[in-house]
Amino acid sequence: MELQVKDRDVVVPGQVVATGMEYLPSTGTYRLGDDIRANRLGLMKIEGKVLKTIPLAGVYLPQKNDVVIGKVIDILMSGWRLALNSPYSAVLQVKDATFDFIAKGADLTKYFDLEDHVVAKVIQVTSQNLVDVTCKGPGLKKLTGGRIIKVCPHKVPRIIGTKGSMVGMIKKATGCKIIIGQNGVIWMEGAPDKEYVAVETIRLIEELAHTTGLTERVKQHLVERTGVDAASLEHVEQEEEFGGSPDDRPRRYPREEGRPERGPPRGSSNDRRRRPYPARPRRGEQ
Amino acid sequence: MAYERRHDGRAADEPRKITAKAGVIKKADGSGYFKIGDTAAYAAVYGPQECHPAWMRNPKRGILRCTYSMMPFSGDGERVRPGPSRRSKEISMVTEKALLPVLDLDDYPNAVVDVFIELPETDAGSRCAGICAAAIALADAGITMKDVVPAVSVGQVEGTLVVDLDGEEEHMDENAAADIPVACIPSTGEITLLQMDGVMEPEKLLRALDMVRPALDRIAEAQRNAIKERYAHSAGGGAA
Amino acid sequence: MTKVPLVMSQDRKQHLIKSLEAGVRIDGRKKDEFRPLSIELGVSSTAEGSALVRAGDSSVIAGVKMGLGKPYPDTPDSGVLMVNAELLPLSNPEFESGPPGIESIEIARVIDRGIRESHAFDAKSLCVEPGESVWMVQCDVMPINFDGNLIDLGGLAALAALLDARFPMVGGDGTVDYHERTDRKLELEQLPVPVTVGKIGKHLLVDPTQEEESALDARLTLTMLANGDLCALQKGGDEPLTRDDIKAMVSLAGEKGKELRAKLLEVTGR
Repeated sequence: MELQVKDRDVVVPGQVVATGMEYLPSTGTYRLGDDIRANRLGLMKIEGKVLKTIPLAGVYLPQKNDVVIGKVIDILMSGWRLALNSPYSAVLQVKDATFDFIAKGADLTKYFDLEDHVVAKVIQVTSQNLVDVTCKGPGLKKLTGGRIIKVCPHKVPRIIGTKGSMVGMIKKATGCKIIIGQNGVIWMEGAPDKEYVAVETIRLIEELAHTTGLTERVKQHLVERTGVDAASLEHVEQEEEFGGSPDDRPRRYPREEGRPERGPPRGSSNDRRRRPYPARPRRGEQ
Repeated sequence: MAYERRHDGRAADEPRKITAKAGVIKKADGSGYFKIGDTAAYAAVYGPQECHPAWMRNPKRGILRCTYSMMPFSGDGERVRPGPSRRSKEISMVTEKALLPVLDLDDYPNAVVDVFIELPETDAGSRCAGICAAAIALADAGITMKDVVPAVSVGQVEGTLVVDLDGEEEHMDENAAADIPVACIPSTGEITLLQMDGVMEPEKLLRALDMVRPALDRIAEAQRNAIKERYAHSAGGGAA
Repeated sequence: MTKVPLVMSQDRKQHLIKSLEAGVRIDGRKKDEFRPLSIELGVSSTAEGSALVRAGDSSVIAGVKMGLGKPYPDTPDSGVLMVNAELLPLSNPEFESGPPGIESIEIARVIDRGIRESHAFDAKSLCVEPGESVWMVQCDVMPINFDGNLIDLGGLAALAALLDARFPMVGGDGTVDYHERTDRKLELEQLPVPVTVGKIGKHLLVDPTQEEESALDARLTLTMLANGDLCALQKGGDEPLTRDDIKAMVSLAGEKGKELRAKLLEVTGR
């Protein structure tokens, strides 16, 4: 009847996180006999009797309304295919590309050419992970110039920070323009030396995403590397839990709350039967 | 004549010295290194990613594709020709089967998880080391899996059951030797890899499976610690 | 084999060039700066000699295997040393399984050429019995984590592995006993160190990362000897080089060659 771990502990697959029937497994954990075990690498999150983990690694799975940075990898009959740093690529239809009129048979590379990076918003994800994106909307556009780096998509909330506080600090200290895609692709442009400091800082956040006191570390790093006044970075709000606020909600992970947004369940109910996991606990079980 | 004292002084159920690390290959989505005695394996996971060729895709769930390969200088004798062989293809296949039961790839229809295993040195037990490294790499890649998968061999040398045979022990006994690589799911005790070279009485097989269990648990612990270790030092882990 | 040759888009490349104009590379280095280099010997107990070379995120392993074989008919008293390279799919998402592609063949041949043309070792010293039996020395080079500059790092790893190698014992029946090693080393008279200088726009840089390699207009590998002589050259990339480029590359490679050689000598204790 007890917890084997503390909140924010790093847990690994198969690790027993609690024994007895008092606790309930949730995303990232499962029940096996008397034990609750972790089924992925993550940061333990104890919510009362519910045991969850926040993933520390893994690929990006497209989710409706995400703003992502995609790369044009193919020109289609009436649109473009974008790679999303994900197992699943997206299609940008001509009708969703621009408010301008594009005539039938026009040279689509005039709008988006191969290798171009585009800020786009996910508008639909089917059960088979076919993805549609749009470029119509505020901030959605083709990116020119600058550089692209990739980070672990699960660490994006941490890089953005509460209400954008973390990335705000980096922008302020380095003077760089920075756009962060939910898919872990980041675009930035600035003075060459400052731009490198921004990259370095983002890598630091990525590496330390699971630790506490990150804001202070990052602030210190930025002060050291750019010589800005620490006080000028003080406007930053109090740091919250990893993935705590609505702005930096945790990424959808397999069978997370976000699933219903993805359209009807795939296949027949029989398909789900083979899952090698015990069923979620029933309400009465505790 | 019974084999009572092991040539390297190990107890009968004692595996060789183990080193396990995670995150050793920065370009990969997940990676692992596992060394047991003088057998070492690197494993890198790429994916889940788009699956090529398209005919391999499964629209219901992601697939696992393992590639086991010995580096040309990793053999006990002459240079091993690079490229796939009958042996490496079979080992790749049993590695897949050993790992698949713990994985949940339902959320990745049509995608593939690629696992590449390379061995820089071998002294028996290379497929087991490969599976151990691959399990670390899969967990490191953040893939949903209900447990790690430890693997080690158990065998018979001159009638005596011993765990984790090294190359010398494998060749010690021409007649009564047997070598059984075993992988398991530690939380349930289920076996996911079982092969045997050699001859053995049926009752002895079950004894051998019981005997290898503590070594498997020890390896599982080493695997889990390797993954945690990566997050233990705030300065990050070492690269390959 | 690579899927598609990685080429950086013009747009990104222009940005990179702007940064180079300010003297800053994408990873914060200077143009003539190598990544921190480390060389580790004896990383594989089954190889007669082995080494692991790391620079930044790139790491390359090399292993030497020695065997006895029949000499080529035209050189009955000469042993054979051969370098092979393979771009392991383990080391980078861009590499695919399959037979060696042209990239890996080029890497192996450039390293090979340096060793051969510098007469790094006396092939006759590898002769056991003329016309019958000579040592065949095979050096395999492969990245474990690929982040660019495989020729230089692979070349260093190959040299370190060759310096680390000890001949195995030969039994009474003339077969090799791989479990016993002698104290005999390969007698390397030269250490041909390859240095690749890349060109992006009008900028020359050493030790490019994978991202920088995708933006290279041209590159020149110059294999340097201890006295500063060149013993092999290989030009790569789609764009031509001017005489002035080559002059600057020679001087840059001379300088970097010394640095790499010093590191190699320090680690191998020669």
